Amino acid sequence: MPPAIVAEGLVKKYGTVTALDGIDLSVPEGTVLGLLGPNGAGKTTTVRILTTLLRPDAGHATVAGLDVVADAQRLRSRIGASGQYAAVDEHLTGAENLEMVGRLYHLGTRRSRQRARELLERFDLTDAGDRPVKGYSGGMRRRLDLAGALVADPPVLFLDEPSTGLDPRARAGLWEVISELVAGGTTVLLTTQYLEEADRLADRIAVVDHGRVIALGTADQLKDQVGGDRIELTVSDSAELETVRRVLAPLAVADVQTDPTALSVTIPVAGGAASLTTALGHLAAERVTVRDAGLRRPTLDEVFLSLTGHQAATDDTKEPVR
Amino acid sequence: MSPLQMAIADGMTISKRNALKIRRAPDLLGGVIILPVVFVLLFVYVFGSMIDLPGISYTEYLLPGIFVQTIVTSAQITGYTLTQDLQKGIFDRFRTLPMAPSAVLVGQTLCDMLMNITSIATMALVGLLVGWRVRSSPLEAVGGFLLLLFFAYAFSWVTATIALALRTPEVFNNIATLVSFPLVFLSNVFVDSSRLPGPLKPVAEWNPVSTFVQAARELFGNTTALRPVPDAWPLQHAVAVSVGWCVLILAVFVPLATRLYKRAVSQ
Repeated sequence: MPPAIVAEGLVKKYGTVTALDGIDLSVPEGTVLGLLGPNGAGKTTTVRILTTLLRPDAGHATVAGLDVVADAQRLRSRIGASGQYAAVDEHLTGAENLEMVGRLYHLGTRRSRQRARELLERFDLTDAGDRPVKGYSGGMRRRLDLAGALVADPPVLFLDEPSTGLDPRARAGLWEVISELVAGGTTVLLTTQYLEEADRLADRIAVVDHGRVIALGTADQLKDQVGGDRIELTVSDSAELETVRRVLAPLAVADVQTDPTALSVTIPVAGGAASLTTALGHLAAERVTVRDAGLRRPTLDEVFLSLTGHQAATDDTKEPVR
Repeated sequence: MSPLQMAIADGMTISKRNALKIRRAPDLLGGVIILPVVFVLLFVYVFGSMIDLPGISYTEYLLPGIFVQTIVTSAQITGYTLTQDLQKGIFDRFRTLPMAPSAVLVGQTLCDMLMNITSIATMALVGLLVGWRVRSSPLEAVGGFLLLLFFAYAFSWVTATIALALRTPEVFNNIATLVSFPLVFLSNVFVDSSRLPGPLKPVAEWNPVSTFVQAARELFGNTTALRPVPDAWPLQHAVAVSVGWCVLILAVFVPLATRLYKRAVSQ
């Protein structure tokens, strides 16, 4: 089966600024690709090209087998998109918003009305459905916007930073909805700055920086790229930090990091749980008092830092949305 | 669905959305109903009590001018709602839908047409209550109302163009006021333009607003033999020139607004 989304060498320039510098992507049907990167990395521009809002300066892309430029009009009935800013009309009620979208998908009056009610119920908005959106909370608007993207039951869904500005509970609810859709066979491309979100939802993650995909793989593969597991130790006295570093240096496969304030040491290792046992044995022989010890996978934050040389959040200049 | 059917159906959907919006937004609704009433009453009673014209009541002379002034002023609602929509991201939603791309502007201006019918009807009724009279044939009077609506429709494309070029509601409001004030006051809406001093006279007489006002006065029969039509060419052929203005405005501003719309939403 051909992939649901294919992008090859997408380039987009704004004057002298290169927003996209040759993006390649391929998303198999029924899977989730997470585009992960800081603000300005090119995530939104990529989504805008794939949803026919922008024309690429070079390269081409197909979604659901249709070219995003040549077949744009036909493609629009096969995709759903939910943007960073909830694209809903404040003065209309939730139901009216969804009905309008249904009509513009040319579903007809009756089907549009019926679909609006179904979606309101699915997104827990039945009670608010006949109130103007003006009075909705940020989370409710987001849910309504996502419902708008689903009106025509599109096989491919684009979500641009779907949980920006949501509180943790609303975010968890959103994740649940996305998981259900994917279980039902929908292909999803989502962008996020939240590493946790990519880790949780995406089958594969494309790390984007300065308009290029700099790494691609499952969360585990990306974590392996920065060197498998880490032993994390906490000692009771800062004098012992040096001893730990000296004793365990032979086990480390990359730089050992010490944090004098937290009295902790992080040692990247290759041997999994066995290396933790070995390490603790060495430390016991040296009479180091270990207060806490554990083996953990690298976080996506660490992945991001090692891939891009900067933290995921440092480029974040935008205020969170409303 | 053929492209034309689609454009009409989608235009109607958008226009219904705008109508709902105006009904629910008190500030916009005020522009449609209250502003015209206030304009009629204010100018008729304030100026009407001060100004005497030979051969015709000032109220009759003034009302066609007030119609045109209100159209110019309330066309700002078109631009204002467009700039608001531009900032809210709703156009992004529209553009990912398989709808006719022309539907947003067609729907917007169609809805403004409904709004203008409401506000012109309101003004005509209030006008009749305070002494305005139609002294022409019913056919000419219908022609007068149709000409006003044609002007209103064409002018909403002008404000749409300005709005799409400026893009923020605040800037739009300032500029629109700056443009509409001289347009209305440097004309024959309130005064006889032929009696204006020096350079103001030709400006007022060639101002398209004056042409529309003169045409409306003629079609409603609100003229008098004691006050001959000024010599300026557009005023001598006011009805024909008015229709010409509308056609010209549409020919220039429909493509221009469409282009600006595409530019504004494709960034």
